[in-house]
Amino acid sequence: MNIFFYIAGAIAIMSTIMAISRRNAIHSLLFLILSLLAVSVIFYLLNAPFIAALEVIIYAGAIMVLFIFVTMMLNIGMEGRTEKKWLSPQMWIVPAILAAVLLADFILAIRHVPDSPPADQAILPKQVGISLFTTYLLAVEIAAILLMAGVIGAYHLGSQKKKVTHRFLIKK
Amino acid sequence: MSTYIALIPAIPLLGFLVLALFGQKLTGKTIGIIGAGTVGIVALLTLIAGTEFLRSLPQVKSYSVVVWHWINAGNLKADISFSLDALSLVFCFVITFVGFLIHVYSIGFMAKEEGLSRFFAYMNLFVGSMLILVLADNVLLLYLGWEGVGLCSYLLIGFWYKEPANGYAARKAFIITRIGDTAMIIGIFILFLSFGTVNINDLMRQASEKWVAGSSIAVITAALLLGGALGKSAQLPLQTWLPDAMAGPSPVSALIHAATMVTAGVYLIARTHILFSLAPIVQTAIAIIGALTLLIAGFSALAQHDLKRILAYSTISQIGYMFLALGVGAWSAAVFHFMIHAFFKALLFLAAGVVILVLNEEHDIFKMGGLRKKMPAVYLTFLIGASSLSALPLITAGFYSKDAILWYSFSSETGSTLLWVAGITGAFLTAIYSFRMIFITFFGETKTQPSFLPGKTMTIPLIILAVFSVFGGFVQLPESIGNIHLFSNLVDNTLPAVVVNKTGHSEIVFQLLSAIIVLAGIYLAYTVYLKKPALSESFSHSRLNRFFEKGWGFDKLYDVIFVKPVVWLSEIDKDDFFDWLNICISRLALLMNRLLGITQNGKLRWYLMSFTIGIALILTYLIYR
Amino acid sequence: MLTVPVEIQIILAGILFLLGLIGLLVRRNMIFMLMSIEIMFNSAGMVFVIAGNHWKQPDGQVMFIFILAVTAVEVAIALALLLQVYHHFKTLDADSVNKLRDHN
Repeated sequence: MNIFFYIAGAIAIMSTIMAISRRNAIHSLLFLILSLLAVSVIFYLLNAPFIAALEVIIYAGAIMVLFIFVTMMLNIGMEGRTEKKWLSPQMWIVPAILAAVLLADFILAIRHVPDSPPADQAILPKQVGISLFTTYLLAVEIAAILLMAGVIGAYHLGSQKKKVTHRFLIKK
Repeated sequence: MSTYIALIPAIPLLGFLVLALFGQKLTGKTIGIIGAGTVGIVALLTLIAGTEFLRSLPQVKSYSVVVWHWINAGNLKADISFSLDALSLVFCFVITFVGFLIHVYSIGFMAKEEGLSRFFAYMNLFVGSMLILVLADNVLLLYLGWEGVGLCSYLLIGFWYKEPANGYAARKAFIITRIGDTAMIIGIFILFLSFGTVNINDLMRQASEKWVAGSSIAVITAALLLGGALGKSAQLPLQTWLPDAMAGPSPVSALIHAATMVTAGVYLIARTHILFSLAPIVQTAIAIIGALTLLIAGFSALAQHDLKRILAYSTISQIGYMFLALGVGAWSAAVFHFMIHAFFKALLFLAAGVVILVLNEEHDIFKMGGLRKKMPAVYLTFLIGASSLSALPLITAGFYSKDAILWYSFSSETGSTLLWVAGITGAFLTAIYSFRMIFITFFGETKTQPSFLPGKTMTIPLIILAVFSVFGGFVQLPESIGNIHLFSNLVDNTLPAVVVNKTGHSEIVFQLLSAIIVLAGIYLAYTVYLKKPALSESFSHSRLNRFFEKGWGFDKLYDVIFVKPVVWLSEIDKDDFFDWLNICISRLALLMNRLLGITQNGKLRWYLMSFTIGIALILTYLIYR
Repeated sequence: MLTVPVEIQIILAGILFLLGLIGLLVRRNMIFMLMSIEIMFNSAGMVFVIAGNHWKQPDGQVMFIFILAVTAVEVAIALALLLQVYHHFKTLDADSVNKLRDHN
């Protein structure tokens, strides 16, 4: 079972690297979907099948699709040249160094994680559901309100009203 | 009695308040009535208080009243308290009486001026402050009055403020007297530190008990107080402000710079005479300063051609006589001369004011002339005043007072022949310049026509003062002539009598000598200025004359020593060094702003980069700790 | 059962997070920046799931669900704003929206 974890992990890392380094937006998004699928596999291996399903459905299925829609709407695939100009190799050096430093800190920081209690069974979605609707009921309701706010906000922010200047204010 | 004493300084101050607050809304006549009326009331009160005082002599020598408690801070207790004794009574009488006449005169003199309420407000404030000064029971209150008269002097010299030269003259007066005031306040500090009290009588008593005569602390304190007196009374070396102070209106010159403020120094020294007798060196210095001043001022007066400047130098000279008398210990003679001088000098200034006003602000005596027939009343009063000034023998009051001083300068314990010679030379010079003034102004051909004749408000005070200039002297006649000692008897209740060296010389010799000298001076003036004016013409173009005219070059000396270096220093410091420090700080702040502004360039990725670097640094630091 | 040590799992999540960070710093096009933020959110959620699995509690997964909800809303709003920016500035360059700067 461990081998699957490592393979999925490797795929996730590889496709994320591809995702952030492509010039074409659609290519990048497709690689990202691949990465999310790999992460979903990892979730399944971590005894979280429900989450794995959610990852695919919502993350890869809804959010990434939203991205793709917007990308297509803005028609930025044609700006390959600008991306080429913007994405020179020297740009990667400093962020890579910083990330390496942070990674080193990260690894050093988590060296002393305490041992886990003995494994009895996987956590079924049923348990998650019960937990959601009893202990975290309030949070669920608030999340629902948040979603509603998001919908309204997105509609409002996305609307384009043509700016109308009163005919007296038009400069001749 | 104590109410009278408390009211005497209060009423002019009340007049000042009324005129200052409501003066704009009152008519000229009301202002004049209020202004002169307050002083008139106070003159009456002084008379009443004075008669009461004289009646209760010799049992009660002084009255005092505490009006309210002023300062009570730790060791320092000072009250607003006034005390009336013989010395302050004489001064009060002169201030209120002469002051009243001058105020009445001002009603006529300033009738056409704008700012009439301001004038009378300042004059009332001045009279109030001067009365506080002479009636004060403690040195702090005295200093309050001292500063008050200095302020009023400044305000009144610069009364016609629209002319910048007047402002400069006022400023000069204030600054020079300020030098004296600083010396005085240091002296007051030393007195307070030594004795823990500010009450004058207490101070004098303790000083005589605790300080040894001739000790350095006594000498220093006395010298400091002398410094204050020199500033206010315009003696050497602080005499340069008085001639320029003639920029003010003539009533101001009469009241402040002839009769009262400039005699504040005399009052101070007389009031603290115990301190000066504890420092004989300082007292001798007073005499020497007095003698030198009267000579220098006398020579300078000889060369002036501005009518009021002659009188100003004459004032300096006459106060020199008072200082001479104080220096040899002839206290009552000094006060007597003060009183008589107040009469004739005020008279001279007022009359000069009339002449100047009538001739349309003409100050140069060489442009006047022949006014004898045109303004007989003014001429006669002016003549009487000048005769009193020159000490015309026997018939003028000035003779008796000046003669007393001359006699005591020779015969007193601390007197000397040299002082007497100086005094008699001064008398000679006085006779010359005063009659020079008369002959050039009133005789000869009329170069400027008078435009109008003065009214009653101006002439009547002149006449009254003239009467006093003649008859005022008869309260104190020397032994050889009438032996009346009314004045000295009164003053000796407060001040010690002069100690005379019985040197065997009789007084009458000296009196004859001074009489002859005075008459000789008058005759000389007659010859040079009336009979043969060519003589004076040739002299007036000489270098010596110009030296005298510039007041012996003191103005120039002070300009070179003090004024020019200070101006030069301020020029150097024009780009203020300390300002530069502040500018540097602000420039640094602006620099930091610009530097930090570079980091705020609105680019999102910059900000993200800076977050990341920060996180990396912090985490690295935390992990490696 | 998965016996991969927990540290390795978390390091994996960390690597994904840092890759997202690199993407955010390097890319200039705002779409890519938003995408990189998504990567970061995802990896953070992954840490929660790993922790939930480690301690055998359902709370980790619950937390992931909430994160998912938040992410969804955030993407929606961010893309709407992106549209507005595009219509105003006619470009998706992150460096061109720098009006909020020091105008010295």
